[in-house]
Amino acid sequence: MSALADRPADPVVGLRAAHESAALHVTGAAMYTDDLAARDHGVLTAWPVQSTNAHARVAVDVAPAYEVPGVVRVLTAADVPGLNDAGIKHDEPLFPSEAMFLGHALVWVLGETPEAARLGAAAVRVEYEPLPSLITVRDAIAAESYQGIARTVARGDAAAALADAPRVFTGVTEFGGQEHFYLETQASYAIRDSEGQYFVQCSTQHPSETQEIVAHVLGVPSNEVTVQQLRMGGGFGGKEMQPHGLAAIAALGAKLTGRPVRLRLNRTQDLTMTGKRHPFHIEWRAGFSEDGFIQALEATLTADGGWSLDLSEPVLGRALCHLDNAYWIPNVHAHGRIAKTNKTSQTAFRGFGGPQGVFLIEDILGRVAPELGIEAATLREQNFYRPGQATPYGQTVKDAERMPRIWTELKAESDFDARRAEIAAFNAAHEDRKRALAITPIKFGISFNFAAFNQAGALVHVYKDGSVLINHGGTEMGQGLHTKMLQVAATALGLELHQVRLAPTRTDKVPNTSATAASSGADLNGGAVKNACEQIRERMAKVAGRLLGVDERDVRFSGGVVTGLGNREQRLSFAEVAEAAYLQRVQLWAAGYYRTEGLHWNPDVMQGSPFKYFAYGAAASEVEVDGFTGAYRVRRVDIVHDVGDSLSPMLDIGQIEGAYVQGVGWLTLEELRWDESDGPARGRLLTQSASTYKLPSFSEMPEVFNVRLFEDAREEGAVYGSKAVGEPPFMLAFSAREALREAVAAFGPGGRAVELASPATPEAVYWAVEAARAAGAPAEAVAQTDASRELVGAD
Amino acid sequence: MEHHAVTVNGRSRPLDGVPTHATALDWLRDTGLTGSKEGCAEGECGACAMLLATPADDGGTAWTAVNACLVPVHALSGQELVTAEGLGSPEALHPVQEKLAEAGGSQCGYCTPGFACSMAGEFYRADRVAQDASAEPCPVHDDAPSAAAPDDPESAADAEHGPNGFDLHSLSGNLCRCTGYRPIRDAAYTLGFPEAGDPLAERRERPAPVAVPTDYAHEGDRFVRPASLAETLAILRDEPDALLVAGSTDWGVEVNLRGRRAPLVVAIEQLEELRTLYLGEDVVEIGAALPLSDVERRLDGRVPLLAQLFPQFASRLIRNRGTIGGNLGTGSPIGDTPPALLALGARVVLAKADETGAVLEREVELAEYFTGYRQTVRETGELIRAIRIPLPLAGLTAFHKIAKRRFDDISSVAVAFALDVDDAGVVTAARIGLGGVAATPLRAYEAEQALVGKPWDLSTVRAASAVLRETGTPMSDHRASADYRSAMLGTALLKLYATSRGSSRGIRTEVPA
Repeated sequence: MSALADRPADPVVGLRAAHESAALHVTGAAMYTDDLAARDHGVLTAWPVQSTNAHARVAVDVAPAYEVPGVVRVLTAADVPGLNDAGIKHDEPLFPSEAMFLGHALVWVLGETPEAARLGAAAVRVEYEPLPSLITVRDAIAAESYQGIARTVARGDAAAALADAPRVFTGVTEFGGQEHFYLETQASYAIRDSEGQYFVQCSTQHPSETQEIVAHVLGVPSNEVTVQQLRMGGGFGGKEMQPHGLAAIAALGAKLTGRPVRLRLNRTQDLTMTGKRHPFHIEWRAGFSEDGFIQALEATLTADGGWSLDLSEPVLGRALCHLDNAYWIPNVHAHGRIAKTNKTSQTAFRGFGGPQGVFLIEDILGRVAPELGIEAATLREQNFYRPGQATPYGQTVKDAERMPRIWTELKAESDFDARRAEIAAFNAAHEDRKRALAITPIKFGISFNFAAFNQAGALVHVYKDGSVLINHGGTEMGQGLHTKMLQVAATALGLELHQVRLAPTRTDKVPNTSATAASSGADLNGGAVKNACEQIRERMAKVAGRLLGVDERDVRFSGGVVTGLGNREQRLSFAEVAEAAYLQRVQLWAAGYYRTEGLHWNPDVMQGSPFKYFAYGAAASEVEVDGFTGAYRVRRVDIVHDVGDSLSPMLDIGQIEGAYVQGVGWLTLEELRWDESDGPARGRLLTQSASTYKLPSFSEMPEVFNVRLFEDAREEGAVYGSKAVGEPPFMLAFSAREALREAVAAFGPGGRAVELASPATPEAVYWAVEAARAAGAPAEAVAQTDASRELVGAD
Repeated sequence: MEHHAVTVNGRSRPLDGVPTHATALDWLRDTGLTGSKEGCAEGECGACAMLLATPADDGGTAWTAVNACLVPVHALSGQELVTAEGLGSPEALHPVQEKLAEAGGSQCGYCTPGFACSMAGEFYRADRVAQDASAEPCPVHDDAPSAAAPDDPESAADAEHGPNGFDLHSLSGNLCRCTGYRPIRDAAYTLGFPEAGDPLAERRERPAPVAVPTDYAHEGDRFVRPASLAETLAILRDEPDALLVAGSTDWGVEVNLRGRRAPLVVAIEQLEELRTLYLGEDVVEIGAALPLSDVERRLDGRVPLLAQLFPQFASRLIRNRGTIGGNLGTGSPIGDTPPALLALGARVVLAKADETGAVLEREVELAEYFTGYRQTVRETGELIRAIRIPLPLAGLTAFHKIAKRRFDDISSVAVAFALDVDDAGVVTAARIGLGGVAATPLRAYEAEQALVGKPWDLSTVRAASAVLRETGTPMSDHRASADYRSAMLGTALLKLYATSRGSSRGIRTEVPA
């Protein structure tokens, strides 16, 4: 058994590979959950009856629905044989008697067609007895409406250090949530097969938990439910918890009608029913030395969890574990709590609280740099962790020296200093357009904080003809996990990539899997696939050694050929060895298993070593802001990011680029607006469609976009020396927000803190520009700021 | 009635038994062609994009990418369409699919079939030509693109065209949540040109399918495509509840998102009488049902204000179906053509049939056309046949669209300017059209008066800006606050002045041809 990180000669990992389904994607031949349903006959469609009230006791009369032609069945709480709960915290009734948010699904109508189901749902009568509702996190704080367990991360004596600090800043940092907007909305398709087993195809990142919840709703053991997941049209965390209840509805429908049931939310339903990234409200005090070294941070973080707990506790935990980002903060006292509001139940989203924690420290540094009189880039750099230092939760920062190396390399290749000078000249020459270039770092901990999730399984078959079929517990949502697993298997078995095939993820092949989340998919499943392949290879090596007349330790598998050291004549094909192994009754399949070693975590005191390693990166973003409108462009972005020794460079670069743009979306464009009025639509999501909730389009792509992988980056603790990639680069987008902040500052006098609302929409930027200009104008001229400026045109 | 069927990927498929409100997307998926995806059902994401054979200017056929989620399938009777499945197969990829796949242009793959279709539409665009080397995108350090104000369409054109002539705007209606777009752009910019024997390229040589008059009924609902304008007007006269549909880019959203159903839909987008484009001595007349992309291409910059507007109007996928008649017909206060047409002093030509069937026309100033929120002077039985733009055009025109997103967004505020400044530097005429600041599109008469007769200088601009800022009755909503909308009215003239004065390249001062 070779070491986890070692690569053999000529590995398939590390090669540029196209997505394993690329040819299917581009031709429309790739099947997604609802495509499967569309191809079957006699399928019923499920449609929700959604609450029109933010908080109310409800009485539902389903009888009118049955008068609608084509309505087959209405599913209600009375139909649930098992637990009426869509989650694992027992706070998410699948069929509620109390509507907890506007849009909450109360009952479900099954129709012969989508049209019949929709009309049936419209016919259901609901009586509401309204109850008081809380919509904003500020309202919840005022009402002391919290849920779950509050947590505190502490080190040193923050209060004393703040009392002693020469410079102390205080502030409130608030930012919005984010809709996942996976292009494929939530979808499930359930069949009860000839043996009475429930077979559920589901767009889920967590098939085992989907299985578990379907089973407990149906009141059957897990071995009666199989969940299969072919591929998702995007997940981003939105399909970690949210699909379970929907899958249970489809399965319950299949049980009660004996017919296949499809459930696919349309975009409006998905937006109004499913959870999003948590918005946060944070009050903070930060102490600095005169020369800009962070001395202490005190903060109270309030996560807006929505109506139920869902994953809010671990999300908050990760936020608390990332508010240091890449910086040494000697004294910390950070208290986190979860507000309960009458909105969708906020959930996992790429970064899982990490971005919210990082937001705090980056916001603080960006605000205070001008007041300290230190360039923001310098302020950031000088506060980086030094080797040997530990995080506030007590984990030594492994490979801390990578952060300044990445920083230095990025500054050089982005031509940072020269461009800053050019930008200063540009800004001096342009009154109404300002540019800025900002650089920010990321350090992100990899592993599930919940230690038990850090395990995975795989099942690998070698057939007599030498072809290989692998199964693993991870799910494919576009991140390229399956491609990487094929590369891992080909490497471990010494094959060419095309000799390995992957079978769909399903719970009857690999049980008790963890969510494909926390960026850990390749680390965990890769470890398990490698383990299974190596078991088989060792057995085959014995067979091959006999055929080649060499010791089994001298057998080499590479490129589909098996050779022996010292035997120059014979070259066996992998298939020949497989055939021989079969005839000699040697087992050609194996179950693989992996657990991440060395993790420990005590959530009660928020101390331990929850992460196997850290991923590092930095981004330099240049923006230009139009002072007339607040509109802006991202002109150029340079990124250096640490993915360890990449398993698949094209896929990793794709993840980095996509994460960056998605992060820019969260920070600048994507805005969830809720009706906060006391009117009849209180609690309604106002941005509940693609035309009102805008995600980045081609116009938000940086005009110049240079991404490079950090070199010689082997990570000892992960499969073939690689690192996780899904989440960390999301937070590289802070460089764009900080560039906007600096561009705004350029409209006003220097030395002034710029507060920038989030998301920094053109309107938000415009008001920040106005505030900056007002600060620079004589008091009596403020009212005419626009008109009093000399207008300087374009070049 | 002729055989009621549509040709999909070269194979005729019957439309009988399909509900009248069915969209092309739902129908395709029901027939097993599940490559086309529903991402939003309102023409915003492009995951459903397909190619439609439409008439080209030279009498041949163009492959036009449209949103399948918005087009009523019965509007496609007798037509030809191609989906991602029809472009190529996993074993034999189409050139567009090959580039997308090898560039890493697909991650989750859900948006990908739509991207493939939009890219293929551009791949087959007959007037796409490779740029010479000097026209390649300028490096960012070069100060040339610094002339790019964030919404300056001209300089944006450099960064938004590939060396192969690929127009990035052709993908403005396709959203991808995974890639960050860079690999898709790279795939697009490295595409070649169709090779000899490419069947879709060869199909361009023959005429597009003709319109097939249709009268289809299903469970009491009707879908009708009349053969002529006169027949259409007769139906409108006799059936007051008939719903006129051209590109269906608005109605399709109503059907999908709000569950609206119409007992009688009358399709008019293929009526030749509504697809005219006339360039006269003293007027430009644009047929009400000519798709915006066709208007854009055929005007070819002759109305600079419209040329500036079009790239900002929704997305290419929408412009390939959407029409000016539809944009005016819905009476929306935030449609983007009304402010521009108001600034151009456009008139609306309304047609109706009398009892004898004779066609009567009247012409209305667009400024007098809107009467209230989604209300107009158009009477029952009347149809918008065309709009007329008087010539000569003003010398200084600009369209400012304020929105969250530069591609494919709905305006918070839209401001269109058409000014004449004489040789002495005096403003001799001014028309300003506004959208998003009142219940209807609006002319800013008072701000216009503050300009006319005054020298085109900063003090005039400041004074007029103060007036413009107070125009309308803007509201706060999810797109923008009322204060921001007013502020944008307040800065629009200042921005126009700065860019028109300062630009040595004369970005916004083109003299119309």
